[in-house]
Amino acid sequence: MSNVHPYVGRAKSRVDGPLKVSGLARYAAEFTAPDLAYAAAAPSAIAKGRITSLDVSAALAAPGVIEVLSHENKLAFPEDDEPFKNDMVAVPGSPFRPFRDDRIHYSGQAIALVVADTHENARHAATLVKATYDAETPNVDVAAASHYQPPEPRDGIPPTPEPRGDAAGAFAGAPIKVSADYRVVAEHHNPMELQATTVVWEGDGRLLVHNKTQGVVNPKNYICSVFELDAEKVRFVSPFVGGAFGMALRPHYDVFLAVMASLKLERSIRLVLTRGQMFTMGWRPDCLQTVSFGADAGGRLTSIQHHAIQATSHYEDYQEPIVNWSGFLYDCDNVALKYELGKIDTPTPSDMRAPGATTGVFALECAMDELAYAAQVDPVELRLMNYSDRDKNDDKPFSSKELREAYRLGAERFGWSKRSPEPRSMLEGRELIGYGMATGCWEAMTMPHKARATLTADGKLEVACATADIGTGTYTILAQIGADALGLDIADVTSKVGDTALPMAPVEGGSWAAASAGSAVKDACETLKAELLNHARGIDGSPLANAALDHVVFANGRIALAADPSKAVSFAEILKGAGRDALDADGGYEPDKDFAKTYAGYTHAACFVEVRVDEDLGVVRLARVVSAVAAGKILNPLTARSQILGGVVMGCGMALHEETLWDKTLGRVMNASLGEYHVPAHADIPDIDVIFVDEEDGSNPLGVKGLGEIGIVGTAAAVANAIFHATGKRVRELPITIDKLL
Amino acid sequence: MMNFSYTRAETVADAIAAVAADPGARFIAGGTNLVDLMKYDVMKPERLVDITRLPLREIEATDAGGLRIGALVPNSDLAYDARIQRDYPLLASAILAGASAQLRNAATTGGNLLQRTRCYYFYDVATPCNKREPGSGCAAKTGVNRVNAILGTSEACIATHPSDMCVALAALEASVHVEGPNGPRVVPFAEFHRLPGDAPQNDNTLAHGEMVVAVELPAPRFGRNHTYLKLRDRLSYAFALVSVAAALDMDGDVIVDARIALGGVAHKPWRVTDSEALLKGKPATPDSFGAAADAILSGATGYGGNDFKIELARRAVVRALAQAVAGEPQVQSDKSVN
Amino acid sequence: MELDRLAAAEPNPVSIALTVNGVERRLDVPPTVTLLDLLRERLDLTGAKKGCDQGQCGACTVLVNGRRVNACLQLAVMNDGAEITTIEGVGQPDALHPLQEAFIAHDAFQCGYCTPGQICSALGMMSEGHAKTAAEIRELMSGNLCRCGAYGNIVDAIEDVMGRSAFKEAAE
Ligand SMILES: Cc1cc2nc3c(=O)[nH]c(=O)nc-3n(C[C@H](O)[C@H](O)[C@H](O)COP(=O)(O)OP(=O)(O)OC[C@H]3O[C@@H](n4cnc5c(N)ncnc54)[C@H](O)[C@@H]3O)c2cc1C
Ligand code: SF4
Ligand code: FES
Ligand code: FES
Repeated sequence: MSNVHPYVGRAKSRVDGPLKVSGLARYAAEFTAPDLAYAAAAPSAIAKGRITSLDVSAALAAPGVIEVLSHENKLAFPEDDEPFKNDMVAVPGSPFRPFRDDRIHYSGQAIALVVADTHENARHAATLVKATYDAETPNVDVAAASHYQPPEPRDGIPPTPEPRGDAAGAFAGAPIKVSADYRVVAEHHNPMELQATTVVWEGDGRLLVHNKTQGVVNPKNYICSVFELDAEKVRFVSPFVGGAFGMALRPHYDVFLAVMASLKLERSIRLVLTRGQMFTMGWRPDCLQTVSFGADAGGRLTSIQHHAIQATSHYEDYQEPIVNWSGFLYDCDNVALKYELGKIDTPTPSDMRAPGATTGVFALECAMDELAYAAQVDPVELRLMNYSDRDKNDDKPFSSKELREAYRLGAERFGWSKRSPEPRSMLEGRELIGYGMATGCWEAMTMPHKARATLTADGKLEVACATADIGTGTYTILAQIGADALGLDIADVTSKVGDTALPMAPVEGGSWAAASAGSAVKDACETLKAELLNHARGIDGSPLANAALDHVVFANGRIALAADPSKAVSFAEILKGAGRDALDADGGYEPDKDFAKTYAGYTHAACFVEVRVDEDLGVVRLARVVSAVAAGKILNPLTARSQILGGVVMGCGMALHEETLWDKTLGRVMNASLGEYHVPAHADIPDIDVIFVDEEDGSNPLGVKGLGEIGIVGTAAAVANAIFHATGKRVRELPITIDKLL
Repeated sequence: MMNFSYTRAETVADAIAAVAADPGARFIAGGTNLVDLMKYDVMKPERLVDITRLPLREIEATDAGGLRIGALVPNSDLAYDARIQRDYPLLASAILAGASAQLRNAATTGGNLLQRTRCYYFYDVATPCNKREPGSGCAAKTGVNRVNAILGTSEACIATHPSDMCVALAALEASVHVEGPNGPRVVPFAEFHRLPGDAPQNDNTLAHGEMVVAVELPAPRFGRNHTYLKLRDRLSYAFALVSVAAALDMDGDVIVDARIALGGVAHKPWRVTDSEALLKGKPATPDSFGAAADAILSGATGYGGNDFKIELARRAVVRALAQAVAGEPQVQSDKSVN
Repeated sequence: MELDRLAAAEPNPVSIALTVNGVERRLDVPPTVTLLDLLRERLDLTGAKKGCDQGQCGACTVLVNGRRVNACLQLAVMNDGAEITTIEGVGQPDALHPLQEAFIAHDAFQCGYCTPGQICSALGMMSEGHAKTAAEIRELMSGNLCRCGAYGNIVDAIEDVMGRSAFKEAAE
């Protein structure tokens, strides 16, 4: 690898690639210990009610079984909610805790934990746990629940905007009206890695925990809080995460139960949930929406109303910003937005890739397509005509918004101009061809992070932050930033994440990690540079004796005078002079509050999709996708593109395949497997073209806005709109499966 | 998974004797269905008799001009066998439409015939299911039944047989060679699987201890006029909502003989010979295809979530017949339906 | 020693011999142990991943006697005498297989969890020799799900290696 700077902004293959392609990257379930015992969770058969009796005798008597834990013999934990709210992603309500009592809140809830000598024995014994229940009738249908506005808003998400103007009046008087109901069904994240925890009992109450999580700090705080453990004695290390998409933001019952078993038995424990059990935790909640537009005869919006009713659990008020997007994505003075919840007998939903936007923008962007037809305006034209230059929800300018350019570049690459606007007007062979497009939008967020940079005498740099790399490329980006800062070959830079011994980071979510952890690493490196120069100046006869930071260049393992590179001191000499093996510096990043007060920060995308539909048989085939993204500075085009691809693919799954199916009587997920919950396979996914639009943004030192979510937002709407264009059928409930097109 | 004892059979006779002697015993071949079902106690054999070392891996020519396929021939080897590709492309295509490449590598011919339903409730031991636990009820009838049957159902069970390969074998009128404690017998394919009736726990007509040793194909006869059309919720690696195997004997534009079998709609591959008779001597027109489709689907009933299958199956039959007439069979890697 | 401890605690183990990544191993394994769990839990070869344990994702794909199969649905005892190649045997960071290199170059993964299965599956597919076009690669790789959505890059990486003449010859 040649030493070409800057690395930042250029394609760089993943620094963790060699470990991943050779199977050496270890995930949570893959750490071991000499005294390891295996745990398995026994699930509840009912969705609601009480356990009236629990018979674990057969399980206890089964070969290899060491212990069976349940609410009857759990390790005591606090009764009140507070300790369980030590979770950065907690939502209003009373957090679920396994084994709290005999109450069943959802089907599949863990009623017992079997610990045995082997995986096979634990799995078998878990099937021998027998319970009788006093069952109540569950409801898992949000439409059948009663609806209410959440009394306590969720922290960290924007509130539902107040109405402005007179949306109802403007709608009533509008020459063009569009109003329709949409439904986004329940989805589950289904990362490929199973939720898992390995607790290594290190003796004397010391725990080393490997947990599938989007940020080690969060489950550590939670575990220490709920089991009243000394934080000094608990370390979480999770260097690799096999996908998460939001499902591993909150601590789940695996880590709780595995730690409980480890503390109780004073030995190491592994608990790997089954794929079926992956459906007994967070999910993207079912959402009923109505969008109504009033527009003038030319298609200019005069009224926007968006009402959403979303599912949550009985014990917590999970919330998402569903309707907010409708208040600022297009320019309109009469806006009324309403967000309600309905409680059902399921686990609490959780953030899933672009929570809120994925759901809300689907309805908004389908409605825009309906308006385009009603007003007989080209869908891209319509969006340009209603383009907003100001976030009218908060009455702020955008920190940057190159969406216009995204529309232009996307349309051009896609060949949008070849579209004939009439539905059913494009045909090839038996297939109807549909071109559809939609806008995507996501909040550009950052969070406080800390980082450390350490230079060793051999000239190698380590940059470290407790954040996670869930596949997003954090390892690589941090190494790029470090290499650029000290002018090093990237091969001489190691990045470390996923360890609570490293400087603090929150969970990795909301697409904030690159901007925040990256800025923190950059800050640490800047401090380290200043310190290195300080030491260099102190060396006897130093050629840099009077040099200031802006007079020197860090390159090739040395600090040299910019004006005369022959005058230089090597890093090795500096460390030697300082009498140190290594020098380190801490850094941090705090979101710029003033900037956030002044500007609204969002990423945008324009997604274009071509579908082929065999109308007779209802078969939809994606032919190609172009996604043009405006998301600030792109640190690594290679990994950045992958993030968008991933979002688009998940959006395609949302549009065409994904749906969690509950039996309404049993209150139970019936397709809780990868065989019957269909995520897209190779054969479903066409060529996807990603365009990054140049965009300068000043919200953080890197100019980065985040890419993890934006790729999915709008994709499902673009697919649905393309299907309408192909067939003339407007399907407003996802997924668009064969039966809906017959 | 329950503990079980494991025996590796050296001869067919030993394998049969071992299973016949023990009501809790089962054969295991590729394991791709049985191991899955055992993991979460849907099936709980006490003894597994491993038949994978038995000499049942050959594909041999028969005196009748057909082929005899050993029960252990892996699905992928069968699909890519040169004789199968040349003379029974319908079978090759159906196999390649099923499961995934790695599953087909492990799955065997015999095991494919005996794979069990994919009814969601059958797989979930916490729910009532007459097939898994006779007498417990059938939760699918009023539950999530998108994947369930529309034809030949019973009060007790509305499950489908999930195989793709078997749909082609039904259309090709294969026969199944069985050996058992009471000696060998040959079962016509149509009689191999059964309808659920009041004993849905029995998928087929094999007695305990009987082993499938081979599947025999009659001499090839359908030339280029065939297709296997599979419709599903994802374009690959998903079970059929509806599939159609169609094979025609054509004389110019006139249909001399026809075979149509449906998958994903019933407890067994669904064939209605009367509907095939309707096509005989008829010109290959959409009208005659439609009449045949109606005849196949007569009596079809939906259970809510699977109502759409009735119309889908009708259209799929019409399309498949058109593909077969045109001599343009569906190519499984080509996702546009021709 | 790990194995001794386990063997002592378990009923009816069966003695088998396996060659794993070129190393012959004699093992006593209870019949309930799948090949995947044997590799991951008893041999500490965690490269083959468990994504479903039901044949529904392909993350556990390994080569058994050169053929790709789902290790989660194989009983270990039935593989007595087999030669198993896992991702660890395909290539190591200091000596990567061309396909592993191509995966890195094309960014054919994100979280990396499906990756060992994708690579083993692709190797199996190449030696099967039935995929000639991108559409055929897609179809014949469909048994390997990738929730990170790296599909396009995976196909590119495979095509890249298949296109290299050296590989073509070796496959012949
Ligand atoms: C994720 C997934 C997707 C799939 N998708 C499809 C699909 O789309 N289409 C499709 O057709 N199939 C599909 N399959 C099913 C697959 O084809 C079957 O699992 C396979 O054919 C079974 O063969 P096997 O040899 O592995 O059987 P095993 O699992 O070994 O056995 C299955 C049953 O047959 C019995 N048995 C096996 N051999 C004999 C014999 N010779 N005589 C008597 N009894 C015997 C066993 O006792 C057992 O009860 C899928 C499977 C999976 C896991
Ligand atoms: S349809 Fe058959 S397999 Fe499904 S639940 Fe009913 S009885 Fe069981
Ligand atoms: S773990 Fe084997 S296929 Fe998913
Ligand atoms: S790389 Fe994450 S699942 Fe494929």
